[in-house]
Amino acid sequence: MKWQETYEAVIGLEVHAELKTTSKMFCGCNNDPFGADKPNIYTCPVCLGMPGGIPVANKRAIEWTIKLGYATGCSINEFSKFDRKHYFYPDLAKGYQISQYDLPFCYNGIIETPMGKVRLRRIHLEEDTGKLMHTSIEGKKVSLIDFNRGGVPLVEVVTEPDIKSGTQAKEYGKKLRHILRFLDIADCDMEQGGMRLEANISLRKKGETELPNYKVEIKNINSFRFMEAAIDYELTRQAEILETGKTPVQETRGWNSQKNETFSQRIKEEAEDYRYFPDPDLPPFHFSKEYLAEIKKTLPELTNEVTTRWTKEFSIQPNKAEELAMVDDAKLISWLEKILNLLKENKLNITSFINDYINKKIEVKDFEEPSSVIEKFRAAHKTEEVGDELLATTIKQVLAENQDAVQKYQTGQKQVFGFLMGQMLRSLGKKVDPQLIRQTLQAALES
Amino acid sequence: MLNKLTLAQTIEGLKNKKFSHRELYADVQKNIEEKNKSLNIYLTLNNQALDQAEKLLNTPLAGAPIAIKDNYCTRDFRTTASAKVLDKFKPQFDATVIKKLKNAGGVMIGKTNMDAWAHGSSTETSDYGRTLNPRNTEHLPGGSSGGSAAAVAADLAITALGTETAGSIRQPAAWCGVVGLKPTYGRVSRYGVAAMASSTDSPGPITKTVEDAAILLNQIAGHDPLDGTSTAQTTPDFTQTLNTPVKGLKIGVIYHDITGAEFANEKLMEQLKVLENLGATVEKTTAMDPHYAIGVYTVVQRGEVSSNLARYDGVRYGNDRSYFSDEAKRRQMLGTYTLSKGYAEKYYELAQKVRTLFIEDLKKLFNTYDVLIAPTSPGFAKKIGVTEGQAMFGELEDMLVEASSVAGLPGLNVPYYRDEKTNLFLGMDIIAPMWREDLVIQVGDAFEKNTAWNSWRTQS
Repeated sequence: MKWQETYEAVIGLEVHAELKTTSKMFCGCNNDPFGADKPNIYTCPVCLGMPGGIPVANKRAIEWTIKLGYATGCSINEFSKFDRKHYFYPDLAKGYQISQYDLPFCYNGIIETPMGKVRLRRIHLEEDTGKLMHTSIEGKKVSLIDFNRGGVPLVEVVTEPDIKSGTQAKEYGKKLRHILRFLDIADCDMEQGGMRLEANISLRKKGETELPNYKVEIKNINSFRFMEAAIDYELTRQAEILETGKTPVQETRGWNSQKNETFSQRIKEEAEDYRYFPDPDLPPFHFSKEYLAEIKKTLPELTNEVTTRWTKEFSIQPNKAEELAMVDDAKLISWLEKILNLLKENKLNITSFINDYINKKIEVKDFEEPSSVIEKFRAAHKTEEVGDELLATTIKQVLAENQDAVQKYQTGQKQVFGFLMGQMLRSLGKKVDPQLIRQTLQAALES
Repeated sequence: MLNKLTLAQTIEGLKNKKFSHRELYADVQKNIEEKNKSLNIYLTLNNQALDQAEKLLNTPLAGAPIAIKDNYCTRDFRTTASAKVLDKFKPQFDATVIKKLKNAGGVMIGKTNMDAWAHGSSTETSDYGRTLNPRNTEHLPGGSSGGSAAAVAADLAITALGTETAGSIRQPAAWCGVVGLKPTYGRVSRYGVAAMASSTDSPGPITKTVEDAAILLNQIAGHDPLDGTSTAQTTPDFTQTLNTPVKGLKIGVIYHDITGAEFANEKLMEQLKVLENLGATVEKTTAMDPHYAIGVYTVVQRGEVSSNLARYDGVRYGNDRSYFSDEAKRRQMLGTYTLSKGYAEKYYELAQKVRTLFIEDLKKLFNTYDVLIAPTSPGFAKKIGVTEGQAMFGELEDMLVEASSVAGLPGLNVPYYRDEKTNLFLGMDIIAPMWREDLVIQVGDAFEKNTAWNSWRTQS
């Protein structure tokens, strides 16, 4: 059974990304968990949760979070604060995580995907936890904790349940990663855990508008491909259960990438009580309009804005403009724009250049001298001169050898022209300007 | 008997070579050997104190021996907060206050007993046994900084550091007949002090005289980049308002009609005549009923306690959660409950609203009065045994200082009466607006110097 026939998917995503600030979120320790050559070297009384360790917020991390909010069309809370979220886990040094509860820095944003808009509910800032390693030392099973990652700034981006398929979830994730990289605030290394995905998935009957009375959470997915597969698998699984008249169990499931299926991890009957309260160690924030305006000013021209502008300025299709503008390094935009201007000045085919560039048909290094890029593009499309004489004899020869086709053409079956063109190019055996051949061949056939 | 000197006298004597560090420390050590076992004041003693002190003559504190409450993290030196959970804990770092103290030439003579995690007002909840009141050993020293107050009262140190969340400096100072200064919240860094209730924790001095409190506060106050709640303001010289006339100051007396504090209030009104005679005006006024402060403080503090103690989860400090004593467990459970979903609005958030009312109420009174005065505690130090089965004992004893604590105001305990028969003291709490420690020091110093209650001042 195809679930799409009867049901509509209701999917929300929670994405965590580590910010690449120099120091950690609430202390001066190095923020480089993946670069550390030993465990627990980037730690101090604060990120280890020692008695008397007091957090002091990293200003840059807050500004970057607000910047991300502006880049995704969010509203910003002018009054905001950090809260303590309590739960016990060995990788959580203080027994609580410093996070944000009811006043996240950013709320009500939008991220566009090819399948439609996805609304963002909120973007908040928190601290990452340590990392557990289950291993054995001298034959004894042990669990070790590495706090190099503990206290690293982590943004959490939460969507509304607007996503309708695994593919859209993937597209959303890619777009978000692109924005984070484009703003130069996160590396989003998914394999190392620098970006982590969680999906809340359920189904409702087509036409219904209420949220379903259950949801299945899939946690710790570390690739977009796995997320797409996990969601697709889960939608089919849930539809099968619903078809029998039952409701899928509200639970947390994991993704087994070997078996290509989800599996139950933990049954979650009601919302956990994290006993949130404002962190008394961190005074609340009152952001002035001027301060927020300053942050907004640091935004680069965003991909969709570049796309719109290029579409107009260079008379190209919006999808082509976007293909080119979707670079993760914002500094490439002005470089690409210089190339586009040169192409335009020289009346060269811009769409053709974009295709060549995207498909790597021409070898170009980032920030290479634009004039040299143009030369490479020209060289790739260089045609050899065909003498009038050679052209005349070749036409004569091809027409003589393919009289059937010529006759068909002349009786109105114009589609054979392509075949004759092919014969011409083969006979000439050179890279020639097809426009010239086309015109000459057409003239010969019409005469 | 050099251990009986005040901090000011000690510094002066050392600098002018009236005596050596060796002589000073010998007297202090001798007294510790005689009394520490029975009074149970120090949990851990610093064997290197004299060696450290001898190098510090040319510093502001000249190497004077100072007792430190055991909730200050001290580098490579056992720090337990009187809790068995931290029995073997040796921090790798010094609390900011300790760092400042060391830089100023203060020497830690030892770490003092306290209520475990600072949970209490009697020093009885210590996992290492109760401390006795040196003024009368059948009585409690108060708490939670009971060990530090007793160390000063018994001359087992020249001066001491305590911490206060609501009463923990002022109340034991009152019960032990010494001076205790709770600075404005944010005046002194909390970094490295095992947190009890983060929104009110205030480290401060417990001393023999008001002058000593000013000298010590000068060294420990100031902005700390490691504590986001510490003030960015520059630190004034707190000794500047010593010996300053109080003429023209307006003093409001609050909590004068509290049941159970009749005697304390009667004696207080008598004693305040001294300030009147010096030209200050003293009049009774009305503040918001302090009984509400018990509710506010209990809910806010228990909530923060349950959060702050969550880190002692058995993973890191050797001893697991089974080592928590009953009082800590009681507070964690109550705090967990008041922060739970559905209850947080009813308790924690409501308490925060009432806290704001207290702040507003006191602010209004300070439009009329320069300082407010009330008894620090409703009465004398309680007898050992009376707290049994009284889980809310401390909150009742601390009721009169809780409003100023939740409002973050500075408060100074100054002894104003001694009972001949029991040798026990009453202390007054002088409070002022935020950042006005200068005012409480001015008034406290004037009172102390114009009365004979302070034996250290009058002895020399």
